[in-house]
Amino acid sequence: MSVRRLAEENVQPADFAFNREFSAQAKVWIKKYPKDRAQSAVIPLLMLAQEQDGWVTKRAIEVVADMLGMPYIRALEVATFYTQFQLKPVGSRAHVQVCGTTPCMLRGSEELMEVCRNKIHPEPFHLNESGTLSWEEVECQGACVNAPMVMIFKDSYEDLSPERLAYIIDRFEAGRPEDVTPGPQVNRTFSAPESGLTSLTEEIKPAKKNGAKASGAAGKSPSATKAARPKSPSTETSTKSPAAAKANVKADAKTAETATEAPKMSRARKSSATADSETADDSNPVRNRKAAAPRKAPDPSKSANATASLASTAKSVSPAKRPAEPVTEGNPTMSVAATAKGKSAKPATAPSLDDKSRPAGISRPAEPDDLKMISGVGPKIEGILHSLGIYTFAQVASWKKAEREWVDGYLKFKGRIEREDWLKQAKALAKGGEAEYIKVFGKKPR
Amino acid sequence: MLADKDRIFTNIYGVYDKSLKGAMARGHWDGTKQILEKGRDWIIDEMKASGLRGRGGAGFPTGLKWSFMPKESDGRPHYLVINADESEPGTCKDRDIMRHDPHTLIEGCVIAGFAMGAHATYIYVRGEYMREREALQAAIDECYEAGLIGKNNKLGYDMDIYVHHGAGAYICGEETALLESLEGKKGQPRLKPPFPANMGLYGCPTTVNNVESVAVAPTILRRGGAWFAGIGRPNNTGTKLFCVSGHVNTPCTVEEAMSIPFRELIDTHCGGIRGGWDNLLAVIPGGSSVPCVPGADMIDTPMDFDSLRDLKSGLGTAAVIVMDKSTDIVKAIWRLSAFYKHESCGQCTPCREGTGWMMRVMDRMVKGNAQKREIDMLFDVTKQIEGHTICALGDAAAWPIQGLIRHFRPEMEARIDQYTRNAVQSRNVRLEAAE
Repeated sequence: MSVRRLAEENVQPADFAFNREFSAQAKVWIKKYPKDRAQSAVIPLLMLAQEQDGWVTKRAIEVVADMLGMPYIRALEVATFYTQFQLKPVGSRAHVQVCGTTPCMLRGSEELMEVCRNKIHPEPFHLNESGTLSWEEVECQGACVNAPMVMIFKDSYEDLSPERLAYIIDRFEAGRPEDVTPGPQVNRTFSAPESGLTSLTEEIKPAKKNGAKASGAAGKSPSATKAARPKSPSTETSTKSPAAAKANVKADAKTAETATEAPKMSRARKSSATADSETADDSNPVRNRKAAAPRKAPDPSKSANATASLASTAKSVSPAKRPAEPVTEGNPTMSVAATAKGKSAKPATAPSLDDKSRPAGISRPAEPDDLKMISGVGPKIEGILHSLGIYTFAQVASWKKAEREWVDGYLKFKGRIEREDWLKQAKALAKGGEAEYIKVFGKKPR
Repeated sequence: MLADKDRIFTNIYGVYDKSLKGAMARGHWDGTKQILEKGRDWIIDEMKASGLRGRGGAGFPTGLKWSFMPKESDGRPHYLVINADESEPGTCKDRDIMRHDPHTLIEGCVIAGFAMGAHATYIYVRGEYMREREALQAAIDECYEAGLIGKNNKLGYDMDIYVHHGAGAYICGEETALLESLEGKKGQPRLKPPFPANMGLYGCPTTVNNVESVAVAPTILRRGGAWFAGIGRPNNTGTKLFCVSGHVNTPCTVEEAMSIPFRELIDTHCGGIRGGWDNLLAVIPGGSSVPCVPGADMIDTPMDFDSLRDLKSGLGTAAVIVMDKSTDIVKAIWRLSAFYKHESCGQCTPCREGTGWMMRVMDRMVKGNAQKREIDMLFDVTKQIEGHTICALGDAAAWPIQGLIRHFRPEMEARIDQYTRNAVQSRNVRLEAAE
């Protein structure tokens, strides 16, 4: 066991109170347990306190104990027993938790810790000079097949190399964590083998639905749409198995289809330009690679459009365009590798604007809803949605599954719409605006 | 190799649709009501017939465990608690179930809860799995919305499912420590008896099951216990999620038949050992708590409870940690000792003091700064810790070291010789006490 004590008195803030968002969440937690067993909620509540302040303060422990009707010592015991509670201030932009247990050690976690020592502080739990970063070695984080890994706040970054970790730390220090996609940092689907799927290469449907599957292959072929979606191609394109090859053929067919139709739409060009400029902002090579792949479809009918987007993709990886970002320059090899990989990747495709799953648009109403209230929609995405004729919450709320998938693919979101549950958010916002949203989610829309 | 149609977790990599609709299209939530209508005795008998052994590490028959719950309630509510505090180094199977195939687990909770008369389920997810918890909660909300769980649901059996979480304590994977933690206390294991089936959560009858054990139950009941029992060897039946990490070419999590030979598992899914089979040094076949096995003994061993027990190791959670010949095996085991020292809850003296003591001696063994007789002393100490603590963490800390001494003693001695020779040559002889 490890000895853990509260931080010195002089760093402890005088008071603590949950803000509105977190106190609503706290109530949800307390309600989960039988009436006289509120004490059960102590760990979740302390975790909320940590999420709010960055670490667990003495006052927070006392406030939580009072909320749950526990003696202070019982809450203090819990706070010091569980090692996930940070009892001292940690880096405000990132607290890097490097897993050091044997499975990660075998695959090089010691080198990752060396990176942290060099870039952050020679000692764990110490802040760097600007107070933005700190690191620690933690015990097994449960992502052993993706070793080595680090965890930063809520997300894990897996399959790391020291260079990649250095890059990630730089991004967090620059205040741009969104440049790095959490999860495996190599071309791999979660915990599947890096070389491609060895099992489950096709979706299993139970026997009685086999008839539907056969007709589906000829007709609307849901699997083709799936293969074409940017969400999953990483493994499917690299799999050698015949099943995936089949999926690729389908995807290719779809590409051709899309390509012939796309140039007709002037709006398509406009919004794809928007998408391009968004990619250019993105300095994450992995994401660039994935985003670049669809636009490299070698199709002559795309001619001018394709060349233009190729050029802009090339720019987005070249360091020259981003003089303000020393990071990209610092890792030229990585960018080059990314470009090379991007070229070799087989083409997938962005969904066509003529696809029947495209949600119907309307003309701009006098007072469009503020779509940015949906968590996950920023000004840029809102612009794209407007260009699709999407102006109100009601529209978003009415999207069917296929339509959501289409939009997801169009925005190259890799499933973010489902993850962030736009449907539920939009439903709440459409029904009763901000008040309803708070009722449903226990927090204000941002 | 297990055929795709016999896999229970059909979306373990999250490639396909994770929503309720997608899960239903893959055959989950199919005929759940009919299963419940067959009654609890049928369910428990079928689970016993399937030969399913708990997937959390100990391998206790799941059907038998369910049958321990009182048949009639004495006024106290019954609880089902799902142990999703997956912290055993090497193990990351439940993570994939929760984030990619959560509906297998939720359906399992309904069925298992019904079989033991529980109307409330708590799923205790480890604190570090925040995104997994969010995914699981989203799936549960979906089921509430669809009327599959909650009061007066379509299935005709009230079941509420709550997600709870921990905050980074390995010991909370022990069932009574988990219950303590769920009650809002330090996670220190309780003395047994009374067993949780009589006095568990809030003093009520409780069954604690691993995520995988419960998540496979619906498919077993749909396809019949005999189907499940037909996979693998007798007493080691069914399919199992293997997490292969360490020095293989492509580490991965994969569902395979029990008793699959080690070589086949690695060659089929993991691209072989890094540097070829001749480069295999040792394997920890079941998570950090089981002793390591030399590579040569391991190659043709079926991966199941009994064959690995015969090798004086165990299947544990089927977290296979592979080490090639570049590994410093003493250091690898030392790191596990450090892990157990960090995670001991401090309740029983042999474990609290012993884990630290073992780690410090191992620390010297890594350098070779020790006497050869200390290897025997270390072995002796592990034997004194093993079996003398409330929970199995003491045993778990002792076994890796026992495995090391049993199989790699020459390596440890060579290191001591090397260190002594260097020390004598540089006239820098300094002996340290064993503490």
